Amino acid sequence: MDIHEYQAKDILSGYGIKIAEGGLAYSPEDAVQRAREIGGHLWAVKAQIHSGARGKAGGIKICKTHDEVEAAADYLLGKRLITHQTGPAGKVCSRLYIEAGTDIAKELYFCFLVDRGSERIVMVGSAQGGMEIEELAVNNPEAIIKIYIEPAVGLQDYQAREMAFALGFDAELLSHAVKTIKGCYRALRALDAGMLEINPLVVTKSGELVALDAKMGFDDNALFRQQKISELRDKTQEDPREMAAADRGLSYVGLEGDIGCMINGAGLAMATMDMIKLAGGEPANFLDVGGGASAERTEKAFRLVLADKGVKAMLVNIFAGINRCDWIAEGVVQAVRKIDMKVPLIVRLSGTNVEEGRRIIAESGLSIITAETLAEAAEKAVRARNEVVAKEAVREI
Amino acid sequence: MSIFINETTRIIVQGFTGKIGTFHAQDMINYGSKVVGGITPGKGGQTHLGLPVFNTVKEAVQQVGAEASIIFVPPAFAADSIMEAADAGIKFCVAITDGIPTQDMMKVKNFLRRFPKEQRMILTGPNCAGTISPGRAMLGIMPGHIYMQGNVGIVGRSGTLGYEAADQMKRLGIGISTSVGIGGDPINGSSHRDILEKFEQDTETKVVLMIGEIGGPQEVEAGIFAKARMTKPLVAYIAGLTAPEGRRMGHAGAIISSAGESAAEKVAMLKELGVTICPTPAAMGATVAEVLAGI
Repeated sequence: MDIHEYQAKDILSGYGIKIAEGGLAYSPEDAVQRAREIGGHLWAVKAQIHSGARGKAGGIKICKTHDEVEAAADYLLGKRLITHQTGPAGKVCSRLYIEAGTDIAKELYFCFLVDRGSERIVMVGSAQGGMEIEELAVNNPEAIIKIYIEPAVGLQDYQAREMAFALGFDAELLSHAVKTIKGCYRALRALDAGMLEINPLVVTKSGELVALDAKMGFDDNALFRQQKISELRDKTQEDPREMAAADRGLSYVGLEGDIGCMINGAGLAMATMDMIKLAGGEPANFLDVGGGASAERTEKAFRLVLADKGVKAMLVNIFAGINRCDWIAEGVVQAVRKIDMKVPLIVRLSGTNVEEGRRIIAESGLSIITAETLAEAAEKAVRARNEVVAKEAVREI
Repeated sequence: MSIFINETTRIIVQGFTGKIGTFHAQDMINYGSKVVGGITPGKGGQTHLGLPVFNTVKEAVQQVGAEASIIFVPPAFAADSIMEAADAGIKFCVAITDGIPTQDMMKVKNFLRRFPKEQRMILTGPNCAGTISPGRAMLGIMPGHIYMQGNVGIVGRSGTLGYEAADQMKRLGIGISTSVGIGGDPINGSSHRDILEKFEQDTETKVVLMIGEIGGPQEVEAGIFAKARMTKPLVAYIAGLTAPEGRRMGHAGAIISSAGESAAEKVAMLKELGVTICPTPAAMGATVAEVLAGI
């Protein structure tokens, strides 16, 4: 789960990390009010969306007057920002963070990550802040410092000092830097975060160390014990179909193609989508219905897939282990009868009680296309989709 | 031979008396696995499915000689159960539980590393379907009847995609020595490479099929190991060609978050390492058949 910059900053300030003065705004009037409260002559108006690279997408405006703050807020609120992390659909900005302008002397990059490869926590820093770490990794990998932390003993002072010196801090700022680094580590561990990034971490002209941006991502599996973090969830930043699926215990990811999918198991789902692509089609979604796919669950899954109006054909691929094909077949037949299905349906069943399952489909009298193998299922789905598209083209002429 | 389990392996079930534990314990018994009891703290001394229930894993090791365990404990308590098994002297453990926090798994891995290698419990999973040595023993939740006994080793992250592979092979008359699920989580007990090491030592296994997916470095690490140290051919399929960057595809670990983690990149690297790649997921059986014919 991701949170907003202002939420991450609020958390980090509780761990002793210095942040610039700021406040949240939901309207241009709010924004001006925040600017007045903050005072001074320079403000940053920052779009709060769950994505990095907001600056490049025009989501951060530096303002010198209250009128500029108002204009920037008016421009950003309700705007759809597209970054390489949001995908082409972008994300709509509905909150702004108004922050006091900072006199920057130096920008640094700093983050903590749970590293899968080493199964440890890695601390990453670079004296070249502000840039995206992915770019830096390609263009100038030597400029990236990585220090691995043994989770059983935790971050040691010498490691924090090593990072601070590598980032170029002098003796004067050393203790402040160590405090910042250790605070970030404590936040990551205490809150089950998988990622904590400060980019840029800046040294101001008055010699202070300030987190100018902050990003945190949390382990979904640990939210059951992080009640306060769960409450920070902003559903407007997440795909509504994915949210609806998650609320029904289904795992769904919307994609750009037009062949809807319902599969049991994440691996088989990915493989089936691969097969669709190799057969010349494009999947409309990833959908894992999980182990105990009851008739009710099957119907929910159908509704979810077909809610995407771009779907031209739907493929069901079930390998029944704990499940039984006859149960699945009954669920499919019920779902098709209840929902007025307009697109062709291709069903492939395999595993436990497969003959019984196929018989139920065959005797249902519904126009369901069946397939025995994975390859056959994908080919039939692509063919059915192509026929639908061809018919639509004829109708348009 | 098979790896990890056979018909004599003495198995206990952690989370024995719960609904899921009960269902799968019965299924494993029906398959012929030597289940000797189970653990449910507070229910020690009772009998369940005609077998003894113990309060602790240590008691089960002492009293019924438990060697292997399977865990159905809910996510919040699963890491604790894994560590209890390791400490009690269990040799092989399958964690079925889906949803264990990553930091808990980091702790488990640290805990396991404290044991000298020869005494260290081998953990597979979490979030996996388990391990089966067809015709001998099943320590998992898979449909046992789709696996035929033979000499191909399978290691994979996914449950149902593993079933698909076993089914394709069975249709071609190809059997399996052992199939090991390592699970879909970012930090797991055993990596693809760890399992390849075991298959390389197993006299019965002639060819290994690795079923990987997007995310993480484990498939390529396994390929590097295979090139340097394996005499047996390795066949691989990597799922997730259509997965967009940065989106989690069901499994907690199935996410492309840095360079080299996409299916296309993994396939390219594995090819370069001399691994035979299945061109499509429908050709896993056929590709294994070709490689077997060439030995």
